[in-house]
Order: sequence, then structure tokens, then C-alpha cells
Amino acid sequence: MSSSGSQKIIEEFANRAYPYGFVSAVESDSTPPGLDEDIVRTISAKKSEPQFMLDWRLRAYRHWRTLERSAGEPRWANVRYPAIDYDKIVYYSAPKQKVAARLEDVDPEILRTFEKLGIPLDEQKRLSGVAVDAVFDSVSVGTTFKEKLGELGIIFCSFSEAVQEHPALVERYLGSVVPYTDNFYASLNSAVFSDGSFCYVPKGVRCPMELSTYFRINAAGSGQFERTLIVAEEGSYVSYLEGCTAPMRDENQLHAAVVELVAAEGAHIKYSTVQNWYAGDREGKGGIFNFVTKRGKCAGARSRISWTQVETGSAITWKYPSVILQGDGSVGEFYSVALTNNHQQADTGTKMIHIGKSTRSTIVSKGISAGHGSNTYRGLVKVLPRAVNARNYTQCDSMLLGSQCAAHTFPYIEVANRSAVVEHEASTRKISDEQLFYCKQRGLSGENAVSMIVNGFCKEIFRNLPMEFAVEATRLLSVSLEGGVG
Amino acid sequence: MDMLSIRKLHAGVAGKEILRGIDLEVRAGEVHAVMGPNGSGKSTLAQVLAGHPGFVVTGGEVLYEGRNLLEMPPEERARAGLFLAFQYPVEIPGVPNAEFLKAAVNAVREHRGLEELDAMEFLALLKEKMKLVDMDPAFMSRPVNEGFSGGEKKRNEILQMAVLEPRLAILDETDSGLDIDALRTVADGINRLRRPDNAIVLVTHYQRLLEYVTPDRVHVLSGGCIVKSGDRTLAHELEARGYEWLEASAEALPR
Repeated sequence: MSSSGSQKIIEEFANRAYPYGFVSAVESDSTPPGLDEDIVRTISAKKSEPQFMLDWRLRAYRHWRTLERSAGEPRWANVRYPAIDYDKIVYYSAPKQKVAARLEDVDPEILRTFEKLGIPLDEQKRLSGVAVDAVFDSVSVGTTFKEKLGELGIIFCSFSEAVQEHPALVERYLGSVVPYTDNFYASLNSAVFSDGSFCYVPKGVRCPMELSTYFRINAAGSGQFERTLIVAEEGSYVSYLEGCTAPMRDENQLHAAVVELVAAEGAHIKYSTVQNWYAGDREGKGGIFNFVTKRGKCAGARSRISWTQVETGSAITWKYPSVILQGDGSVGEFYSVALTNNHQQADTGTKMIHIGKSTRSTIVSKGISAGHGSNTYRGLVKVLPRAVNARNYTQCDSMLLGSQCAAHTFPYIEVANRSAVVEHEASTRKISDEQLFYCKQRGLSGENAVSMIVNGFCKEIFRNLPMEFAVEATRLLSVSLEGGVG
Repeated sequence: MDMLSIRKLHAGVAGKEILRGIDLEVRAGEVHAVMGPNGSGKSTLAQVLAGHPGFVVTGGEVLYEGRNLLEMPPEERARAGLFLAFQYPVEIPGVPNAEFLKAAVNAVREHRGLEELDAMEFLALLKEKMKLVDMDPAFMSRPVNEGFSGGEKKRNEILQMAVLEPRLAILDETDSGLDIDALRTVADGINRLRRPDNAIVLVTHYQRLLEYVTPDRVHVLSGGCIVKSGDRTLAHELEARGYEWLEASAEALPR
């Protein structure tokens, strides 16, 4: 087909406004902009934290300050953005009303916001069987199904609550996978994180429902520093869903979350993300900077951690959900769809660190670039000397829509054991004019055709998502693509 | 009224004219065979009618049910009931056949002001139509044409035709590369779709499909022009004599 035909569709496709751009008028209780030890102490005090938390935060803060004064933020990623002024960021902001015990006590404005996002909490409670720990800015406003989970001994609550109610667990596992010295953003997060989710699944328990958190960045100019910690004890299983939308903003918003997963012997943690933060306008102005550290540790033998992510939002994404395969026979999986449209930039991938014997990892990454988007896969497969019979299979596929976008692949492979088998496959493709014509000849619009072909490209990733999330991801992909094909 | 009326159609790819003045009238209820040697422009004609953007129309007009077909984008032609069975059906990795077909059916239904079929209704329709082409239901969950054999791809085209129930179906060398059993199945499928209110144009190199599907009219395309038209006996004559005797007359036609 003539390139002008597909060009046109792609252009039409790429020009859609972000449907979730609104700001809700909940009053915020915030610290002044900038960061010093006093702010860290204030945050800890506001949350009535025990001493070990304050000490840990302060150590993290001092480490971060050292980094900030020397090397600064990491610069190796294949992304470009204006310098972040860390003195202008508000590090703590909480909705003024107290955390509600019952859904009825939740600020109606917050509930309306959730409804605009299509997340009616009580509907979910009643119908879907999904327990929702909704994070609105920095404080959790409603945790559901807690009693039911409690009967099984599962703890699922906000991080702040975990610090109060289960300090021993928090102290034992916090920073055990991502130490506060890990990287610039992880240090920053460790110093100032305001809230997040905590989940503990006891030995032998299979969590009967998908656990879900919706993140939403709200107060203007505030950085969002979430902390998630999931611990799955011996032989247990948990599936955790994380999904986000954010209101439209003029200025860039920094988001530096940390997620830590710990899987004991035979445990399986499945962590799924659908990320749809505001990506900026068509010129790339105003979107979220998403600098996230996500890591899981397969601590026990035959444990398994699976990351599945669908990344369609944010102006800049810097994110490498990784697995440390420490237990013998443990399994790490990473399934990813990353879509960049307009001027979005993504540098994302994974790290699979093989330490134990007969450890296995699978990486399937699908990158889609449209408009002026730039998509980079960066992945490390590392096999340590002791990791006899380690296996890795990596597949990196890129799809380019149009002629202004870019796709890059940086696979790093470090093997220190001769018995390892590491495979890497990569492909780059475009939607062919013949495919487009074929679909149109069957009556599909160009836009629907592109969306269907792209969704087909991502099928093997969506298959790994829980059903309701897969449906959402498919829809999200179509919406995110609009106007991006050219 | 004619369903399809082609007048003095000239078309080609950039810089090269392939169709050099085609005239053709097709009425509802008719089956036409367009035959001709390789390179005569048969497939180009099929593609131009379906609106393939790789071809440029440089002259003439095409009326489809009274509308100017050449002004309609390809998806609109499809929704208006024009169907092309592709000579080389395209693979769409990861998209299940059933999902693709459901989207197509509902695009066409929406255009006709009908309600969308839900999953159950669609499956019932699909099940019924699959019997026509003797297809294994397992094909429905496989990605569109991916890993299909040549014969399977052609059957899949006929299945799509059966499900979409076009007013005008153009089959581009649907018989090529089929063994005799597949050919019979495909022919059977075509015959069952033959109705007084629709029309079929068979584009083919050989007359063997025409042993199973009897055409009302046969046209011979050579050098981008229709050099001879006749009834079904013309196909037999071509089989016996080849195309060479007609190519001479193509040279004599005005350009």
C-alpha cells in the first residue's frame, strides 16, 4: 500500500486527548517544597513511626544526599528530560481527612474521583471479588476484604498500617531486596516514601483473590513515592495487580516507587501492572517521570516470581522489574508490553540474576513505538559461578508504527558458569500495508485494524494477565495508540 | 440495474499501466469468470476493485450498485458488500481467526444499521458456516492465516465470504494451489453462496474450477483488456487452445 495511506491512519490514530485528565479538589496537608533531615523527620512523625523507621529513612536520606552531591541521578538510560529540581518537589502530601474506617466515611470527592476512573470501590467490593487498597496521593483511603483475608492469616494493608501493626515484619523485610543504597531513586524513595501497600501471605496459603492497588497521583507538584512490599511464605501463592491513571498536569511529576517481593521456598508471586499515567501532551509536555525500582527475590528453592507489565503511560519510563534467583530451581519471569506514542520515552527491561542451581528465567518483551516515541529494551541476564544448569530464554520484539519513532535493544549477558544455556531472540517489524489492506477489505477501519494487529503482537503478554486486567490492557492499548500510527 | 459496471477502466502502478480500458457489466445473480494468462492484469483488476492503495486509477469509472466505487475507501467498499478473496491471504500474528471475523462481521453489521452480534450469536453463525467449508473448529482459535497451508488459507477466505455474505464477491485465483478435494470444497462453498441477489466474479488462470462452478459469462483478459467474452463454452475453448490465439487479437485493440 502507498505509505500515504498508512501514514494518514497513523496520524489520525496518534492524536487523542488523555481521557483521565482532571484534578480533584481534595484539600492537601503538605510539607513545604524541598528536602532536608527535618522534612524526613516530619514525615516519619506525621506517620507516628517507630524509631527503626526514622533511623532507616535518615540513613537513606544521607546516602541520597551524597549521591545527589556527587554523581547525581543516573544518566545511562536512553531517555532525555530537563533537569529535576529536587528543591521544588513537595515530598509529603496527604488528604486532610483522616483515614476512613468504613467506605461510607471516605471523602465523597475521593469516591467520585475513583468513579471517574471507572473504579467504583463498593461495586468492586460487591461484585468482582477484588480487594482494593486504593492509594489516593499518599495515604490509603480504603482497604477492602480485609476481614476475609484475615481469616486466612493474609495481611493486606497500607504500608503505614503495616508499620504500626506489624513492625517486626516490616523491619525484617524492608530493604532486604532493594537496599536504600541501591540507586539514586531508590534512596530517595527510602527516605521519603509516604505510603504504599504491604502484603504478607503465610505458609501454605493460596490467596483466594487477586489483590489490587490503584495508584493515582493527585496533589499538584508533589512527588509520589510509593513503597510496596510483598512477602510470600513457604508454599504460598499470591497474585497482585497494580494499575494507575493520573490527572492531566502542566509540569512534570516525578514518581519514584520501590517494589520489593520476597518468595520463600515453593512460593509463587505474580505481580501484574497496567500503567497509564499521564504521558504529556502531543508535544510531550507535562507528563509523569516514572523512575521505578522493582525487584523480587526468589529466596527459597523452587520459588517463582512473575512480572507482567503493560506500560502505556508516563512521559518517561525508567523501570526494570528484576528477579534474584537465589533458591535452587527457582523461576523468574518477565512479560512486558511497552508502548510509546507522541514524545514518550521508555527505557525498560529486566534483570535476571541466576545464583542458585538449575534456576530458570524467561523474558518476553514487546516494544511498540508510534508517533515520535522512543522505546528501549535494556535487559541483563547474569549467571553466577555457582548457578549450575541455569537457563534463560529472552525474546525481544519491536514494532514500529510510522517513520518518526525509534526502537532500541540493549541486551547484556554475563555468564560465569559453563553449563548455562542462554538464548536471545529479537525481531523488529512494522504493520505491513498488506495487513492493513486485508483488514480494511473485511470492513475494519484503519484505526481498528492497527489496534487489532498491535494487540495481536502483544497477545502472549496479555495471556499472562488476570482476565479482567487483560481486557483493560487491550482497551488501554487501543486508546494509547490512537493518532500514533504513521 | 447492474450490480457492477466497469467502463474504460485504466489503472496500474506508478509509471506502468496494467489495465488498459476494461469494460465489464455484472448483474445480480450472475457468476462471471475472468480468465487470462499470467500478467494479463486479472489480479490487478481484482485489487483495484477492492481499493488496494498500491494501484493508481488513471481513467474510466466503476459503478457499484449505482455508486462511484472508486471514490469509496476500501473499508467502505467492504461494508457495502464487496468482498475480495485474496490470492495470497495475509497473516496476522496473534489475532485469533474468530476474533478477526467477529470484528469484520460487526463492522459490516454496524454499517447496515444492524445490532452487533454478541459472542454467543457469532459463534452460532460461525459454526453453521464452518460446515460449508469443512473446516476444523480448531482453526478459529488460531491466528489469522498464520501457519495455515495454502489450501487452509483459501478455505479460510471462503469461510470469511460465507460469514460476511457479500453482495459482490471477487475471488482472486482462489483455485490456485488446491488439490482436488480442496478445490471441490471451495467450489461447493461458492455454489452455496450463489443467490439471485448477489454476484460472483471468479478470477482464474485455469478452467478447472469452472468444472464445479458454472459461470454465466466468461471473459478473457489479455494485455490489460478484455479481448473476448462468451458463455461457459469459451472456457472449454481456452482449455483446448490456450491463450495464444487471443493474445494476437489483444495486440490489434486500440490503446
